[in-house]
Amino acid sequence: MSLLDVVDLRVTFSTPRGPVHAVDGVSFCVASGEVLGIVGESGSGKSVTLRAIPKLLHANAAVTGTVRWRGADLHTMPAEDLRRVRGGQIATVFQEPMSALNPVLPIGLQIDEVLTAHTTLDTAARRRRAVELLGLVGIASPTTRLDQFPHEFSGGMRQRAMIAIALAAAPALLLADEPTTALDVTIQDQILKLLLRLVADLGMSLVLVTHDLGVIAETCDRVAVMYAGRLCETGSVHNVFLRPQHAYTHALLRSMPGEGAARAMLVPIPGQPPRIDRPTAGCAFAPRCSFVEDLCTTTRPPLIDVAPQHRSACYAAARLPVRAA
Amino acid sequence: MSRGAWLLARLAQIVPTFLLIGIAVFVLARLLPGNAVMAMLGERGTDEMVARLTASLGLDKSIFAQFVAFLEGVASGRLGDSLAFRIPVTRLIAERLPVTMLLTGLAVAFALAAAVPLAFVAALNANRWPDLLIRAIFQVGLSSPIFYVGLVLLTVFAAWLRLFPVGGYGDTMWEHIYHLFLPAITLGLSFAAIVMRNLRAAILGVINAEYVDFARAKGLRGSVILLRHVLRNALIATVTLVGLEIGSLLGGAVITETVFAVPGVGRLMVDSIFARDYPVIQALTLALAVFVSLAFLLTDLVQMWLDPRVGR
Repeated sequence: MSLLDVVDLRVTFSTPRGPVHAVDGVSFCVASGEVLGIVGESGSGKSVTLRAIPKLLHANAAVTGTVRWRGADLHTMPAEDLRRVRGGQIATVFQEPMSALNPVLPIGLQIDEVLTAHTTLDTAARRRRAVELLGLVGIASPTTRLDQFPHEFSGGMRQRAMIAIALAAAPALLLADEPTTALDVTIQDQILKLLLRLVADLGMSLVLVTHDLGVIAETCDRVAVMYAGRLCETGSVHNVFLRPQHAYTHALLRSMPGEGAARAMLVPIPGQPPRIDRPTAGCAFAPRCSFVEDLCTTTRPPLIDVAPQHRSACYAAARLPVRAA
Repeated sequence: MSRGAWLLARLAQIVPTFLLIGIAVFVLARLLPGNAVMAMLGERGTDEMVARLTASLGLDKSIFAQFVAFLEGVASGRLGDSLAFRIPVTRLIAERLPVTMLLTGLAVAFALAAAVPLAFVAALNANRWPDLLIRAIFQVGLSSPIFYVGLVLLTVFAAWLRLFPVGGYGDTMWEHIYHLFLPAITLGLSFAAIVMRNLRAAILGVINAEYVDFARAKGLRGSVILLRHVLRNALIATVTLVGLEIGSLLGGAVITETVFAVPGVGRLMVDSIFARDYPVIQALTLALAVFVSLAFLLTDLVQMWLDPRVGR
């Protein structure tokens, strides 16, 4: 049974220029111990999807659909039950640790308050646990670091501290919203390895949102590709990377350095990402797609099984060339 | 620079500040039309009496020597006698200053007790009716002159309803607070309006911050999120404003004390100006300036406590 079940999630922001459908009918599930990657370009709705799971979006977002956590609907449960799940069972790591950490509180307190909210540990035990957590995420001299403030940490150390805060109450699922995007490449790799080690050691599940296919290839079991607020394709990383069944995934893989065939040319995707405030009747990728047919512009392709554990929403799926291994 | 060094540097600033205040007060007293001798003796002084008094006041010495003597007087607490009351100025101020400090303190306390929770209510309901109502009420408070608010409160609560005395100060601490209740509300009203508006805007500025979302994602209780994560960050800007407003609060105290016949330094200042009681004016200016710069110092210390980035 899956831990997390997201069914037909829709998020609509009310803006002065009218409603914007940032997430438009997204469904997926996460199994225990699984690492799911959600990939897409800026504005594809991947971060909004992630934040909608523990109901973190603000009042200007109208959210429909169901988000079931161990069978209970997070969006209809009483506020106090939701609070216990947040941080206690589903923890979140944000993209930019400098703005996600409170600048005026010492790191130790920002860990301590999670332990206060979700455990019955006394002050001394909470402090011991905080030291242990900073050690766990690879921060040297953790006892001294506890009393320091976010501005006294480097970027990579801040992200480690935020992960330590998220892990404090031993959650079963970690939601990570572009956790490495704000970091140097070398630090990125360290943080990803850290996340993978923690997932393996602690038996957590992880949902990793990123725009970087390389990150997905390195870390994830399964991948969900998003475009214009919709899911294009989901499947195992191996299958999706080897035999993409959606024209967008195919184009995305060809535009990526390194992961493509050796010495292959990089092929950029022509055109601009669509404006989600002007939804189209057909496939949102149609205007930029080199496999486009008439049906694509008039009727929205449904997300269907193209192979076992592999779903795609593309009329051209069968016509896409197989990529060299 | 370490935090300790920053603190020492901030405390050391007090010295030049007080020296500048001293110079300003000293120069101001000598810029006033006429001179102290003429004011004391009036029209009837003979040349000999003028010369004797000038010498006894040290006014025949050089301006620099006079300034040194003035500083010595300040340092040793000898500020001369009041011309009107015929008692040492220091004694007069020692009697009156606590009254004004209590009035100002009560005004600040009342204002913050009203402004902080209402700023929260307004910010959390931004642009809905509770917000609009709170802002409208405080807008009226902000745009009403102190003497008018004072007279309305006097008429309604003291004259009609007889809930409070019309003036005076009483003898015990509880009587003091009882007597100063209406004056403190009068004085604190516009201050509360300024703090409420500022804090409301500050709360709206941080309520959508990532660290507040992260605090929610951590599953913290609502009260912890609002007090520790929202209020504490919002207060950093507001504390500065509170410190700066202490000065204008003292200006308001002059009017308030006059309307409510409160025997504080505000009213003493007004009386002394009308009576050309120079030693009192000079000493009061000095005392109030010192009071304000101590309030600024306190503001900086609170700010340092609120925001660990200050002084690092």
